[in-house]
Amino acid sequence: MGRYIIRRLLQAIPVLLGTTFLIFAIVYALPGDPVQALAGDRRVDPVFAAALREQFHLNDPLIVRYGYYVRDIFSGDFGQTFRGLPVSTIFEGKFQVTFKLAATALIIEAIVGVLFGFWAALRRGGWEDKAILAFSLLLVSVPTLVSGFVLQLAIGVKLKQLTGTQILPVAGVQDGLRSYLLPGFVLATVSIAYLTRLTRTSLMETLRADFIRTAVAKGLPRRRVLGRHALRNSLIPLVTYLGADLGTLMGGAVITEAIFNLPGIGQQLFQSVYLRENSVVVGIVTVLVLIYIVANLVVDLLYAVLDPRIRYE
Amino acid sequence: MSNDTLPAAAPVQPAKHVKERSASLWSDAWYDLRRNPVFLIGSGMVLLFVIIAAFPGLFDTVGVESRTCNLANARKGITSEHWFGTDNLGCDVYSRVMHGARVSIIVGFVSALVTGVVGGALGLLAGYYGRWVDIILSRVAEIFFAIPSILGALLILAVIGRNNAGIATVVLALSILAWPMILRIMRAAVITAKHQDYVMAARALGAGPGRIMLRHILPNAVAPVIVVSTINLGAFIAAEAALSFLGVGIQSPQISWGLMIADSRTRFLEAPLPLLFPALFLSLTILSVVMLGDAVRDALDPKLR
Amino acid sequence: MNNPSVDTAPPAADAATEPLLAVDNLHVEFVTRQGLVRAVNGVSYTVNPGESLAVLGESGSGKSVTAQAIMGILDMPPARIPKGEIRFRGTDLLKLSDQARSQIRGQRIAMIFQDALSSLNPVLTVGWQISEMFRVHRGMNKRDAMKKAVELMDRVRIPAARQRVNDYPHQFSGGMRQRIMIAMSIALDPEVLIADEPTTALDVTVQAQIMELLAELQRESNMGLILITHDLGVVADVADKIAVMYAGRIVEHAPVHDVYKSPAHPYSKGLLDSIPRVDMKGQELYAIKGLPPNLLDMPSGCAFHPRCPYRRDNCVTDVPPLYEISGTRGSACHYYREVLDDTVG
Repeated sequence: MGRYIIRRLLQAIPVLLGTTFLIFAIVYALPGDPVQALAGDRRVDPVFAAALREQFHLNDPLIVRYGYYVRDIFSGDFGQTFRGLPVSTIFEGKFQVTFKLAATALIIEAIVGVLFGFWAALRRGGWEDKAILAFSLLLVSVPTLVSGFVLQLAIGVKLKQLTGTQILPVAGVQDGLRSYLLPGFVLATVSIAYLTRLTRTSLMETLRADFIRTAVAKGLPRRRVLGRHALRNSLIPLVTYLGADLGTLMGGAVITEAIFNLPGIGQQLFQSVYLRENSVVVGIVTVLVLIYIVANLVVDLLYAVLDPRIRYE
Repeated sequence: MSNDTLPAAAPVQPAKHVKERSASLWSDAWYDLRRNPVFLIGSGMVLLFVIIAAFPGLFDTVGVESRTCNLANARKGITSEHWFGTDNLGCDVYSRVMHGARVSIIVGFVSALVTGVVGGALGLLAGYYGRWVDIILSRVAEIFFAIPSILGALLILAVIGRNNAGIATVVLALSILAWPMILRIMRAAVITAKHQDYVMAARALGAGPGRIMLRHILPNAVAPVIVVSTINLGAFIAAEAALSFLGVGIQSPQISWGLMIADSRTRFLEAPLPLLFPALFLSLTILSVVMLGDAVRDALDPKLR
Repeated sequence: MNNPSVDTAPPAADAATEPLLAVDNLHVEFVTRQGLVRAVNGVSYTVNPGESLAVLGESGSGKSVTAQAIMGILDMPPARIPKGEIRFRGTDLLKLSDQARSQIRGQRIAMIFQDALSSLNPVLTVGWQISEMFRVHRGMNKRDAMKKAVELMDRVRIPAARQRVNDYPHQFSGGMRQRIMIAMSIALDPEVLIADEPTTALDVTVQAQIMELLAELQRESNMGLILITHDLGVVADVADKIAVMYAGRIVEHAPVHDVYKSPAHPYSKGLLDSIPRVDMKGQELYAIKGLPPNLLDMPSGCAFHPRCPYRRDNCVTDVPPLYEISGTRGSACHYYREVLDDTVG
């Protein structure tokens, strides 16, 4: 186990370096003036530009600049806004919102996806299976952008007109955790569909395994065969998926937070893109990518806990 | 592992020739597809959207030039003249929705093609040559893979800037981050195919690496790439709409469904039609390619059924 | 399909004369996309306490399907059992409720499989998997059940059982894994043990050890043993009698030494002739020509006729019944006398 953890941690280092370099290269090595890129559409005063060049080490060779950039990231400095505020001050309070949103989505996704997937697999070929597959096809086809607005309209306006009450909050975070239910569901929809299908395939494959036949031959009740022998084995690939899905959720959070007016990091990103504050955009994307890489690392370690074959490799 | 639990026992004829093997895979797949209603409906819808994208002028009613818009007519509901109503600027939503198909279809298909070809070619090289070629390509892919594609594309497009944004930059931004997935899939398929007897035989008979890769390995390794590329197509279409909605993708006066949604969102709760119609068409387009992808996967990879 | 099964079973189930386990005129079919596959066509055999029956045949002969029907672990559908009985101490298992059946499965009739690695759950420790038998069927607590698991691992001679009880299947060698499967199957002292190709996946030296272990366990506990294999070489030392299966039916049954001395069916003869022997060194090894039959498109008459060196015209048209040669022997060959004569001397 220890060796596996160490190896996995060591493997993450080149990925971290490579990814930060990639982000760095996108910002500084694309054709065009980096100062102008950081400034967005504003006209830049030449004196100010020179100061910026100095500040961002733009007169140094590329590799040296990359060194500064990495040093800054790991000391928690994600650059400055165009007005000179540190980007990290902009993060304050916003990560909690985004974290709550992503966590809500992940929980909804895991519960709904796994339940539907298991149900479909156990009713393989039956009408429940076919209905769940068709429904997942529909879910995949409706992007967050669409489901968000449609549900906001349906629940915030139409249902309110019909029933006279607001069942769920459709904007802002004034209602505490309840505020996150609808946005969380919207953020989760596409992933629910994928997870349902993955769960179904995974359980069906596990049920075909020889060790399930052994469990039946041991005379175990069906409930135990499913619960103790099939469940854990078929959950293993799902954990990997949920980890990788965090990236999708963070991308989707930008849209969801914009639609539901949640003051999270995604909405900040949306505003910064809109205001052309590229230095903030770079800072936020860097942080999100780092979170994503670390989350996948955690998932890989979790994988080892679930699957002893990896643990004792 | 397998004993006679299954009623197999139909003697399997040894594969005579690689072409025959892949030919039967494709003809079996085609046979399955033609009988699959999901495929027929999906491909019919895709065809319709492709035609709309190619000839939007055939479908629009009043055109999309600015002179056809009338501010006094803004946010009117459905009328005989404006089938889908009018938007905040008094432009005809129906005509604009028809013209918006082009961006979605082009971005979706071109990105799927670019990532399929680039990722597929690199995956073929990595899988076939192994060793340092594989190590370098796989590590590079891993780095690109670590960036969630919508965030990466957002960053690239934000840096490129609004003035340079367009279909080409959106395709580029999406493709740059999506090819590693194809590389991984192709690489795995090539490594499996490489160790098959017929490839060994071809090598023993003195076929060169180029010939082995293109004639013997590729036909037997390309199926999963086609499956995933078809599924990706829908994801690209959704991503384009998202990027345009966020303001870094397609820019006005070009028309994109994502941009139409962004433009209508301020008055959305009181006048939902200008947002709902592009949203509906966006979803239908994605649905049609997702159905296509589902059917293709079932046909080419019966194991997953 | 006309079925010339010889009804040798007694008409009424009499517990005194009834064998421990009797498969009687069993038929198993699979409904597949390509058509109906008749995997088992009127198989009958019996096992008594302390007796070993070797069921011999190539894959597709129906030997494993028969065993799975006895255990009740066939997937139905696609499988179905249109005809036949499986009597355990006089009770037809096929007529029992699921509830009653699962009281027998694993506890009174147990089974071990060919590939122990895939047959053991990879994410559970071997101790957990063995002790589960006691916890589920005997209601034991975890501690006591684990103690029993260690005892069993000792009994199947796994070295350092106490230390290894918390290891996972992949940490054991192939032979040790099969010992764990055996420990699990004999946990509740079953009356019948079915071993489905228990040594096929193992090295030759390990094969012998496992067979020895099975024989020893059987002697100790007086179990009935059904040993399913495609390898005649494995059975000679362990089995009391042999049933040879081909294309879903028994083509020869006999005490083991009779078969080795003089097979009464061309297929058993072919199997025997294809065993490499030291005294035949240098000579060309015999192989049964042709391919196993396609179960979807079975040959007419005797299913073995396309591969048979004794074939005459009526083999193509008439299905041979199981001719009784003596009280303990039978052969489903029209020309079994010729086959017998060929091998004497």
